[in-house]
Amino acid sequence: MDEILEVLSNDARITPAEIAKLTKRNVNDVKKAIKNYEKNGTIVKYKAIINQGMLKEEKERVRALIEVSILPQKDVGFDYISERIYSFPEVSSCYLVSGTYDLLVVVEGSSLQDVSEFISSKLAPMQNVRSTATHFLLKKYKEDGQIFKRSTQSKRLNISF
Amino acid sequence: MEIKLSKKVEQLAPSGIRAFFDLVLGMKDVISLGVGEPDFVTPWNIREKAIFSLEQGYTSYTSNKGMIELRKQIALFLENRYGVRYDPEEEILITVGVSEALDLAMRALINPGDKVIIPEPAYVAYTADVDLAYGKAVRIETESPNGFKLTPQMISKEAKKGVKGLLLNYPANPTGVSYTKTELEDIAKIIKKYNMFIITDEVYDELTYDFSHTPFPSLKGMKEHTVYMNGFSKAYAMTGFRIGYVCGPKKVISAMTKIHQYTMLCVPITAQMAAMEALKNGYKSVQEMKREYRRRREFIVDALNGLGLKCHMPQGAFYVFPSIKSTKESSVDFAKNLLLSQKVAVVPGTAFGAAYDGYVRMAYAASYDNLKEVAVRIKKYLDSKK
Ligand SMILES: Cc1ncc(COP(=O)(O)O)c(C=O)c1O
Repeated sequence: MDEILEVLSNDARITPAEIAKLTKRNVNDVKKAIKNYEKNGTIVKYKAIINQGMLKEEKERVRALIEVSILPQKDVGFDYISERIYSFPEVSSCYLVSGTYDLLVVVEGSSLQDVSEFISSKLAPMQNVRSTATHFLLKKYKEDGQIFKRSTQSKRLNISF
Repeated sequence: MEIKLSKKVEQLAPSGIRAFFDLVLGMKDVISLGVGEPDFVTPWNIREKAIFSLEQGYTSYTSNKGMIELRKQIALFLENRYGVRYDPEEEILITVGVSEALDLAMRALINPGDKVIIPEPAYVAYTADVDLAYGKAVRIETESPNGFKLTPQMISKEAKKGVKGLLLNYPANPTGVSYTKTELEDIAKIIKKYNMFIITDEVYDELTYDFSHTPFPSLKGMKEHTVYMNGFSKAYAMTGFRIGYVCGPKKVISAMTKIHQYTMLCVPITAQMAAMEALKNGYKSVQEMKREYRRRREFIVDALNGLGLKCHMPQGAFYVFPSIKSTKESSVDFAKNLLLSQKVAVVPGTAFGAAYDGYVRMAYAASYDNLKEVAVRIKKYLDSKK
């Protein structure tokens, strides 16, 4: 992976000037490279990772992983039906997987009812959806490489030779 | 009863900056660039292997020299990576870090009064190890205009007067200086000419940024002159495991093993199990950490030079050794004032040699955010003195 991407994927707020300094490159080259990555879709977007568990004032959002079995369609395979599913804003992620089912769909809502309602009224009755199995998430330990735990104190002494 | 200590130990110079260390250790919320170890914790696969080995009941002594499987792995690693061949049966000893290897080597090689060259600024243990073995440390003070490099001329000058060996650390703590193959070949000529031994502490070998590292024993004709030391502390972020190794001529390793078997018996088996996992599956983590250090290096060198604290671009390890002469303060005063007013810890240069007042060591084994904050605080400190 290009070092620019390595740096950005760890800290999206870092400026091109800083990246240039850290990686010993020309600022304009860095800017150009980033523009290109944005244009060709390598960099999709920049966002903050929020630990929902820390949002005391808001009701925690409910998430479910749904295993969806599908009847593939002639010519378009899984793509057509997948698009119909992932276009719903309630769907936060959608993967085609190997194994005993076809699509792994992650759905978010404000309550259990909310999510169940989506599944029973939108997802399950959809043509070509053969069956669904829903798993509600109970606790999030790690997501996209990020561990959701208050950072532990460094165990090093503050000074040594 | 009045306890009479060994004269040798009583005379052993107490580190002049103990008081400063105590001050740092007593303070809270310090951003520290004073730490001589990685800020990463040991990669999880290595920690997990250590835990698993305990679960499996690996809790016994091992062979004095260390587990043969580990020695074989080290031999294979050195051959694949550097083309250096050591016999795992007779030429490799697993030690409690490079620290133990240094002590053993001095005791195995030195007779009272034997001289060993130590280029300064140097890691603090070197002169003490020579001293404790009743040897005589011959200090060579390398200088900033020269990039703190040891030159063949400097060695020759002392070697002419008769020395037994040279202790060379590269990449170096505290300067980050390292040597290219050509530079090492020039040093090798002197070693050969004066028929000296050379102990190389190459514990930072994996953290070499601008050229590829050349182990001293890989140079033509140098294997028989060299006692080569390396370990897992720095590259694999395994300082707390306390494990390293030493390779050298059979005669030397066998002598060192004799001392090791009476004093240490063997290295903790848990550390040995972890080291095997490090060699087997640790390389990707080493490279990730190295890239991270290299980026921080670019930042800190630029920032310090920008602030008028002149420093060289270090070629390896994770230290910079800037001059603080522009402040007109002594190293200890600078370090103390920076600590008290800005809560930033650095190590005074005098810790690494009496001649290095006017320098401090900063370790960039700290997060980028912390390094940025340190730059701001140092600027504040310098501005406050104007
Ligand atoms: C140059 C040098 N040699 C040896 C050591 C000690 O290494 P180990 O942990 O392998 O004993 C250090 C640690 O700071 C060092 O900087």
